[in-house]
Amino acid sequence: MNRARYARLVPSDDAAPPLDVDRILADPGVRIVVCCGAGGVGKTTTAAALALRAAEEHGRRTVVLTIDPAHRLAQSLGLTELDNTPRQVKGINVEASGGELHAMMLDMKRTFDDVVLQHTDPARAAEIFANPFYAAMSSTFAGTQEYMAMEKLGQLHARGEWDLIVVDTPPSRSALDFLDAPARLARFLDGRMLRLLLAPARTGGRSMFSFVTAGFGMFSKVVQKLLGAQLLSDLSGFVAALDSMFGGFRQRAEQTYRILQAQETAFLLVAAPEPDAVREAAYFAGRLRADRMPLAGLVLNRVHRPAAPELDPDESLAAADRLARLGGHDGTADVLRAHATLAHQAVREQRVAARFTAAFPTVPVASVTAQPADVHDIDGLRTIGSLAGQGDP
Amino acid sequence: MGAAQRPAEPAGTEWPARLHVVTGKGGTGKTSVAAALALALATGGRRTLLVEVEGRQGIAQLFGTDPFPYAERHLTDAAGGGEVRALAVDAEEALLEYLDMFYKLAGAGRALRKLGAIDFATTIAPGLRDVLLTGKVKEATTRTQGQQRVYDAVVLDAPPTGRIARFLNVTAETARLARVGPIKTQSEGVAALLRSPMTAVHVVTLLEEMPVQETADAIADFATLGFPVGRIIVNATRPPAPVNAAITAAELTAGLLAAGLPADEATVSGLATEARDQSVRRDLEDSLRTELAELGLPLVELPLLPDGVDRAGLDLLAAALVRAA
Repeated sequence: MNRARYARLVPSDDAAPPLDVDRILADPGVRIVVCCGAGGVGKTTTAAALALRAAEEHGRRTVVLTIDPAHRLAQSLGLTELDNTPRQVKGINVEASGGELHAMMLDMKRTFDDVVLQHTDPARAAEIFANPFYAAMSSTFAGTQEYMAMEKLGQLHARGEWDLIVVDTPPSRSALDFLDAPARLARFLDGRMLRLLLAPARTGGRSMFSFVTAGFGMFSKVVQKLLGAQLLSDLSGFVAALDSMFGGFRQRAEQTYRILQAQETAFLLVAAPEPDAVREAAYFAGRLRADRMPLAGLVLNRVHRPAAPELDPDESLAAADRLARLGGHDGTADVLRAHATLAHQAVREQRVAARFTAAFPTVPVASVTAQPADVHDIDGLRTIGSLAGQGDP
Repeated sequence: MGAAQRPAEPAGTEWPARLHVVTGKGGTGKTSVAAALALALATGGRRTLLVEVEGRQGIAQLFGTDPFPYAERHLTDAAGGGEVRALAVDAEEALLEYLDMFYKLAGAGRALRKLGAIDFATTIAPGLRDVLLTGKVKEATTRTQGQQRVYDAVVLDAPPTGRIARFLNVTAETARLARVGPIKTQSEGVAALLRSPMTAVHVVTLLEEMPVQETADAIADFATLGFPVGRIIVNATRPPAPVNAAITAAELTAGLLAAGLPADEATVSGLATEARDQSVRRDLEDSLRTELAELGLPLVELPLLPDGVDRAGLDLLAAALVRAA
């Protein structure tokens, strides 16, 4: 019997310092929790579960900003319509704690429209909305969703109505896009191209080709060849119309970036114990460190743990075979085989998670046990929250 | 292997398309499935190209190789003398190549890049980026040498379900911006290929609620937009293991004792909990399978690779895809 050997391999989180999620959620100095990680690891669910826990257990007035929640999860939070503004979630247990939970779903285009309206007069805004480039940029700009998530976070933060804002991040091509969005926007706005395009518009809106530098002559030649002159004039019009609000955009992007770096923010990496997700989390941890963003820890989601951890998987398989030969105990044999599969999976997951801890030994880790069914109601979120928190539902 | 010796028939009559677009929700393993499909379609002396367009270097990570440059490189051999090549398409490089190929403007392109014009153009009009990426895919798919196509099949590790419809629907996007000119012509050519029987869009899913929902949504979008859907590929499935959730503590105790295992209360109740959870999961998976079947498309199930996706695992998946033919 190799019980001792097996017990060492069972996930125990011993290797990594434990992440005290409850301490973070209860800390009045923490005003923003950002959940980030690869797609498909349960980021949105985690964000919603932590927000619920902050309200129910820690009495905080909490708002959760979700990006693209599953339909049923959205419903359970009362998010039946996408109105881009936080709505209070009813039917949760906050009588004792005095907390509140508000939830909202990001409407990217509407957030962008609001920014435009806020920074420019109605006539200019109408001009911008009508431009085909605006339509393209506001719905498909690589990073628009990320930027608008950060913009919305900035807005919620500025309203000062909440003790705690929990943010889900978009399922980016790279999970880092939301960090890069402000810088990319700034680079874009500072870009020489933009100034070249703006120059003719500023000089009275004559043909932009009257302003010819070597580079710009080449640009216009190529663009005309590829896309036609119509596109250039649309582009020029768009850039000129946006010009009035660039300063505001830029300032807000930088402001949000600074909020993210502040001590009031806690970044939580979310990963499933799978090689890709853990690799992504490690990459992200390195990136947060490089950007001097406050990384609070890793939430390892959907971790499989046998409920009978003392029973060695190989031993179980051998026993199942013995029972099969013996006859009469088919039910137990099936259960033992299933146990062996689960226990083997647990060991594999532990090895995968250990790769992260080997790379970032000081980053605390909390494990959330996998639920048999998908989570899409308040009870399910409560379970996830308590697993992440005290580790005991 | 020389092109002339390659089999003339397209690989597998059940995978009749030449361009295979593989999408799926993030986390479903679409890169692994795309790689396995490229291996499967190269089986028996064929040559395939595995393409990625999102700058993630997912193929290099999967195969443990150095990052791929913007060039078609030998990736690996396939069973029976086939070859898989890989290409990581980069929008900027594609534009430079395009300028050079059609306008002899390579120098101008490089100057534009220095100016930041290309970054600018692809930022402000993301549709242009997608035209360039899909344009390169089309070029590789239709490229010929002598009388023969260079690739028997091209497999695209495409953007995830959330972005795929927009990515493929390049004409709509560019038509709003570029009303004339070669980019418009180019995007129309791409749109025609993507809507032709030469293309099949496959959706990778897991037996989990969100991926299945996104699969259904994406397939509805494809139908509206006219993209030919190939198969639903259910990844990481587990073999059916019958577990009786209603097994009693007494039965378990008797069984454990008969097998010579400890039958203390903690072990018995632990195993009973595992059996219940397992059975809940199985029921959910069964209902999700039914939901997928109701979409009315051919389903392929790929096994879970318990030890992660390594080369042996990819070969296993490829074999399963070949069998599905």
